Amino acid sequence: MKNSNNGKDGKPLKVVGKPYRKVDARAKCIGQTLFADDITLPRMLFAKLLRSHVPHALIKNIDVSKALALPGVIAIITGKELPIPYGILPVSQDEHALCIDKVRFIGDPVAAIAAVDEDTAFDAMDLIEVEYEPLKSISTIEEAIKTDEPRIHTYGDGGNTHKKVSLEFGDMEAGFAEADHIREDVFFYEGNTHLPIEQHSALAHFDADNKLTLWSSTQTPHYVHRALAKVLGLPAAHIRVIATPNGGGFGGKSDPFNHEVAVAKLSIITGRPVKITLTREEVFYCHRGRHPVLMWAKTGVKKDGAITAMHFRTFLDGGAYGSYGVASTFYTGALQTVTYDVPRYKFEGTRVFTNKPPCGPKRGHGTPQPRFALEVQLDKIADDLGLDPAEMRKQHLAPANSVTANYLRLGSMGLGACIDKIVAAADWKNKYKKLPYGKGIGIACSSYICGAGLPIYWNNMPHSGVQLRLDRQGGVCIFCGSTDIGQGSDSILAYIVAEVLGIEPFDIRVVTADTDLTPVDLGSYSSRVTLMTGNASVQAAERARELLAKAVSEKLDLPVEDLAFADRRVFDVKNPENGISFAEAVVLAESKFGTIGTVGSYTPPRSPGKFKGAGVGPSPAYSYSAAIAEVDVDPETGITTVDRIWIGHDIGQSINPALVMGQVEGGVYMGLGEVLMEEMVYRGNRNVVHKFPSMLEYKSPTTMEMCDVKTYLIEDPDPNGPFGAKEVGQGPLLPVMPAVVNAIYDAVGVRVDEVPASPDKVLAAIRAKAKGQEGHFGPKGVPDVDWGEPLKVLTPAEGGDGKEMPRIAVHAKE
Amino acid sequence: MLLTGIMSESKKQKAHLQFTLNDEEVEVVFAPHKTLLEVLREDLSLTGTKHGCELGECGACTVLVDNRAVLSCLVLGLDVEDRKVLTIEGMGTTAQLHPLQETFADLGAAQCGYCSPGFLLAAKELLDRNLNPSRDEIKETLSGNICRCTGYIKIYEAVELAAAKMRGEAVEIAREMVYGLE
Repeated sequence: MKNSNNGKDGKPLKVVGKPYRKVDARAKCIGQTLFADDITLPRMLFAKLLRSHVPHALIKNIDVSKALALPGVIAIITGKELPIPYGILPVSQDEHALCIDKVRFIGDPVAAIAAVDEDTAFDAMDLIEVEYEPLKSISTIEEAIKTDEPRIHTYGDGGNTHKKVSLEFGDMEAGFAEADHIREDVFFYEGNTHLPIEQHSALAHFDADNKLTLWSSTQTPHYVHRALAKVLGLPAAHIRVIATPNGGGFGGKSDPFNHEVAVAKLSIITGRPVKITLTREEVFYCHRGRHPVLMWAKTGVKKDGAITAMHFRTFLDGGAYGSYGVASTFYTGALQTVTYDVPRYKFEGTRVFTNKPPCGPKRGHGTPQPRFALEVQLDKIADDLGLDPAEMRKQHLAPANSVTANYLRLGSMGLGACIDKIVAAADWKNKYKKLPYGKGIGIACSSYICGAGLPIYWNNMPHSGVQLRLDRQGGVCIFCGSTDIGQGSDSILAYIVAEVLGIEPFDIRVVTADTDLTPVDLGSYSSRVTLMTGNASVQAAERARELLAKAVSEKLDLPVEDLAFADRRVFDVKNPENGISFAEAVVLAESKFGTIGTVGSYTPPRSPGKFKGAGVGPSPAYSYSAAIAEVDVDPETGITTVDRIWIGHDIGQSINPALVMGQVEGGVYMGLGEVLMEEMVYRGNRNVVHKFPSMLEYKSPTTMEMCDVKTYLIEDPDPNGPFGAKEVGQGPLLPVMPAVVNAIYDAVGVRVDEVPASPDKVLAAIRAKAKGQEGHFGPKGVPDVDWGEPLKVLTPAEGGDGKEMPRIAVHAKE
Repeated sequence: MLLTGIMSESKKQKAHLQFTLNDEEVEVVFAPHKTLLEVLREDLSLTGTKHGCELGECGACTVLVDNRAVLSCLVLGLDVEDRKVLTIEGMGTTAQLHPLQETFADLGAAQCGYCSPGFLLAAKELLDRNLNPSRDEIKETLSGNICRCTGYIKIYEAVELAAAKMRGEAVEIAREMVYGLE
């Protein structure tokens, strides 16, 4: 559905909204694009990390002497060479590039070797002798909650609990009292990983001026820059981080990493370039992927399906380090309120440490798990109430331009149109509960942020900056810190600037992701890039256009308002023949003003929430998606085949619809992988070894498993987005998992309250049902946790101001 | 993961190979245990062919040897003596892209682009023997290549579009491919 072909001045858009080729597309298709491992420098050394083969142990001794004696080994470092800790979040600076006194998971690095070639480095790994004193290992959420000693980390909320959150918005008792029907359900969402086809790779070069350059496949060069400055003892001004084009990221390349710090240090010590590329197995250990989450949800509804109160509890298995985990914990409780009206909401969440690869942000970052739980629970509620699940959702959408119970400000909200489109296209009403046994259809909706409202570290500076350079012969160069991870962010900059200046995208050179050359952009995470860099580039381009317009208006003796910029010309709107070329306009402006360069920046609006924990969830805008899955379940094997997914996505405005389609299709693909087959599972309680650290064993969908996708793009422009654009990188993934699981219920009458809904689980549920038991597979319950006193906030509807309610002192009771 | 010291000791003994690479005769010297993938990337500086999994599962290392798609991470460099190898760099020139490279670029079938060389060569082998493949034939041919970004759909569409171009047909990109359905 396309209803905005015009810019805000009413003139037709020429570039935005059109399916232009990406600016880097051809280079990628001829194999010319240089990914990190493609780069070589003279006299380059190759590094490998020696990793722990025990899950939890003290390091008693490391002897590298035999390895150092191996011909071709140039340098070896251990933890004592890098004593300063780091971490992506200021509140969990709990990582060392190389472990100093203990290792916390199988794969935790303890030494780094630089050698003349990779084979020599591999050989040297075998010659390093490490003496470990094993400690009791912890491998599950329940175990971590029960086991206070040994502590995996000496910080956190006690024992092996990393973080505990308890927030309450509104009078929960009254809310549940109003309900006609209340459901309590328990769900489990297994961990999975990003599996980008490109393994992590980094090349460090400490040059003759003793300045360090690091090329790295990273989504967040600015955060890596900060970490290196902290850890290496070099001034930040002497460190340059260049993010190479990522061969896939999905959140797996958003932390500052051990291997990045290690090669930087090795280059400083050896005075030679040092490169490291992780093996696929090492990528599994690096991880930072989807947290396994156990969830309990209690929801009260009226008999028409309107929610009166919701109480949500999450238990996150964080793995061995903090990573983004504190943010992830808040995210498992933040977005439940932005899709349907939830007048009263309570959230309790806890993240624990375990001796497994650390979890972090994977596409959706902490929201796919609770979204799964919410959408499956709503399906059960619809079933209980005898309501159509699509209709029930549609009747109770959170209103556009409103503030939720937990103080998230919603702007445009096109979910209703998404639901209408796919319900009609899928012939939902004639299929739901009407297909033959073994075939089923299910629906789910979701929402996602368009950029985190707050930066990772507290500051008052813009989240995105763009600089424009205009050349007097007509070329334009855009400088921006954003990182193209395949989504096309470089191209988005070119399309937007081309639109504003009336030139062609291929007249523009885009320079990005270089901490020496480009203004800071916080990075490619939280679906922030189109919205934030887009707004910054609109500002920079409009400022440039203003300068050109002033100069041209003098030359042509026309008012500035009469000038149009299009087709590489600047001309009189009323008399298009009367005009000059874009290049001539630049010459005039440069003659008048001097060298032409402009800047644009973007900072998200402040959120109305003022309580502790309000920082996670707010966003300048929210995208919405609705998906219907049609499945075929074989009752003999439990194997689910997804035939087709209809998906409606509320994009606001497509900057490039072909790229939007690519993200929708890719999101559906990744959702299929998660719901059908992907899992990070570990063998044995004591050994905690990854069962599938290879692409042979970790199952991800090939062409044979990918379903047909029918996509509907809803364009309801959001005032906070550039040209009205919202995100698409993460939203379309989210409804897929619950839609498929709801379809499985429609097909064979069993509830699998877990992801993945793998064949063994479906079959177990079918067999249970055949025996007269409940046709259900899922967790039995959740652990008992002392959540403490919740932080209470009056909702906006109750007259709240966004601040925590004052706690009444005990003595006031008398 | 445990390797002995034998590999480093044999550095002085290099293999010497002659073969046809991207339609040119080449000669290269390399450590004999290397895979074709390593020889291409490290000894011939052709980094267009990618590694992704080290065990022949992802297809990113696909090249054509004697016109057949092979996983170069599972082929020894020594195995291509006197044979014909085609990598992504030889598939087209900057002045004249192969139709598949054009359609992949135009349709957005390359998102991060890391798996694209592998897909392009696998698809080329298909179109070299069948200029009118069905969607199912395309899926089956490409089932040995994994992409994490695209969900494959734009890749199928790009292959079909390139095939039509190569058949000499006037081609038009269907609206719903790039705008979605109405």
